Amino acid sequence: MKLGLDPAVVRKARELAARAAEPVIEMARTHTTVSVERAVLRLAGVTGADADGIPWVNRIVDAVRDQVGLEHGVALPFFAAGNWRSLKFDLPAGTGRERALARAREAVGRGVARIDRNRADRDRLLARHGDPEKPWIYLIVATGDIHEDIPQAQAAAREGADVIAVIRSTGQSLLDYVPEGATRQGYAGTYATQENFRLMRAALDEVSAELGRYVRLTNYASGLCMPEIAALAGLERLDMMLNDCMYGIIFRDINPRRTFVDQRFSRQIHARAGIVINTGEDNYLTTADAVDAAHTVVASQLLNERFGHEAGLTDAQLGLGHAFEINPEIPGSFRLELAHAQLVRELFPDAPLKYMPPTKHMTGNIFAGYLLDAFFNLAGVTTGQSIILVGMMTEGIHTPWLSDRDLALENVRYVRRAAGDLSEDFTPGPFIRERAARVLSETVDLLHRVADDGLLDAIADGVFGVTRRPPDRGRGLDGVVEKAGDYVNPATEILEAAP
Amino acid sequence: MTVETLKQIIRPYGDTTGDAMIQVSFTLPVPHGPRAELAALQLAGKMGLDPASVVHTKAMGPDFTFFIVYGKATHLIDYAGIEVPEGREFDLLTPAQVNGAIKAVLGRRLVVVGACIGTDAHTVGIDAILNVKGFAGEKGLEYYREIEVHNMGAQVAVAALVDRAKAVDADAVLVSQVVTQKSAHIHNTKQMAAAFTEAYPTSLTGGLGRPLLIVGGPRFDTVTPSDLGVDRIFGKGTTPGEVASYLVHALVRE
Repeated sequence: MKLGLDPAVVRKARELAARAAEPVIEMARTHTTVSVERAVLRLAGVTGADADGIPWVNRIVDAVRDQVGLEHGVALPFFAAGNWRSLKFDLPAGTGRERALARAREAVGRGVARIDRNRADRDRLLARHGDPEKPWIYLIVATGDIHEDIPQAQAAAREGADVIAVIRSTGQSLLDYVPEGATRQGYAGTYATQENFRLMRAALDEVSAELGRYVRLTNYASGLCMPEIAALAGLERLDMMLNDCMYGIIFRDINPRRTFVDQRFSRQIHARAGIVINTGEDNYLTTADAVDAAHTVVASQLLNERFGHEAGLTDAQLGLGHAFEINPEIPGSFRLELAHAQLVRELFPDAPLKYMPPTKHMTGNIFAGYLLDAFFNLAGVTTGQSIILVGMMTEGIHTPWLSDRDLALENVRYVRRAAGDLSEDFTPGPFIRERAARVLSETVDLLHRVADDGLLDAIADGVFGVTRRPPDRGRGLDGVVEKAGDYVNPATEILEAAP
Repeated sequence: MTVETLKQIIRPYGDTTGDAMIQVSFTLPVPHGPRAELAALQLAGKMGLDPASVVHTKAMGPDFTFFIVYGKATHLIDYAGIEVPEGREFDLLTPAQVNGAIKAVLGRRLVVVGACIGTDAHTVGIDAILNVKGFAGEKGLEYYREIEVHNMGAQVAVAALVDRAKAVDADAVLVSQVVTQKSAHIHNTKQMAAAFTEAYPTSLTGGLGRPLLIVGGPRFDTVTPSDLGVDRIFGKGTTPGEVASYLVHALVRE
């Protein structure tokens, strides 16, 4: 530990994060949402859509909500129905209830078993093909057409990418359903669908075998369908998922309660599936100043860690996010970046930290941007980051071209070759040590306030990402339901029992 | 005096006046090799670079090659013949300038109500302008400290939009229309404008007695604001910063 952080202060920060998170965790335990219930149906094997393209899981959950209420869970009414396509549901009682419960547990159990098999398959493929050394090189494709994404992803893997992320279509996070099938048209990204997941994972398996290196696939369990997308990711063996506890609230105006309930269930699935989550703290720095708001990043990481642990994620599954976003005009900006990156490294020694490249200060001057990206890569290897998202010199101009990605990978390869083990030689001096200690102490002050006022109030006050989000506003609140005493969720039963 | 003397011929500048040197980079979908290089030179020639030289080639996988080419541009530009562009009717401001102007002149937050009206469920446009997430690297209006945003989302009835605008005393109403089937975007917008005229009978114009009415969408290029009864139309590719700057131009007058 190079920064000499005071262990008592670090312990205090974690205690405060746990205290701030507790009421929200309790709320998440006692509530369900339309998307949690739809995820249960997806795990039970319900697929497809009606003639208008509305997924059956939406039709069923909406019908149960109207006819029975969702407070008992969707599982019993669904598995008690003779022919669910009639969309007529009742809450079963007595032996009918027992039969429905047994059928529900069996069907959902089969879905979870498939997730378990996928996890075992991943372990087997990692052993066979080899797990790349860290830092993993994380690269984005986003054409809108899954059949264009596939050759681009394969080309990126051949050029050195260890992780491929398929960016979603603009606005998918606000859809309260998951589209069906292979899709060929998106806006600045490709829709997340079960079929698109399957196609891309198969393509990357092919290229992994060719390269002798397991290439990971990433997508986004965020937005209004966080639990369902998590279930589909588990069913189709995705490896990492963007999954932040507050991103949807702050950047997409999704209701805070909805987000926290959805988040807990989605993380329970990720925990079971062996999926590494990526949190989104880097985004705060795109709205707030990277120096002034550095402590909000650390506070959010500690909250994400607490929520993640509570949902069953291990440290090795916590891809906590942060970013290189300090204004390069500030004297000593690179030293400040090193202080922040090293602080996060030391606070979370076993987490696969995800380090994000500059975006805010990429001006359209692609040549200066290429230099800034090289400094970002250098900060990444110097402070031992685990996952490095490859910065593009054309950031903010267009979605990356083939040549942009190739040049960006050349930049990363050069820095890794020239300075891959620089962390061995890096011993921070007083400037960096004092800066890190100051950010940590500001984090503790902030978490004190959040724990005292309540996390939901802090979010309402705009503490994170300078955006105010009251708990009774935002999208999706009408999809949140308090669980009744007889609430049944066979998925939660399995996920909360020891595996 | 002849017309000739009014010309001002310019060429690109490398390091000597008139050298006409430029640099380009591009990718061709062919395998790396001498044949690919000839293809790159031919493209450079057709682009008006003569002579041209390929200074860098790199294979990008088995099927693509990247080139950096320097060459002398044979095209001439008559700078005298280029008029100063008219530009937008407002200056582009940074978020800090927008916030500063609102604070200094209005002395309160500027209130904006946004919605997709009618049957249109495509919130991509309105969200790109309003959500913090923003668009094209610019943060949405929610990010502006001095702008209060009420985003009503999709499929909002015109009457509900008018009610909300009145309830929050909106300075501006932003409406996004993506669906153009049977000219729905035109009909919806006209209906919306008529409803605001009716709801604010004494208003003189947008910003005076009624909210400023702004509509955005990809297919409004054949109509004018007065055709629709609104104050401003924004087209495809509009960024939040442009909308914020326009709001200041139209509403924040010293």
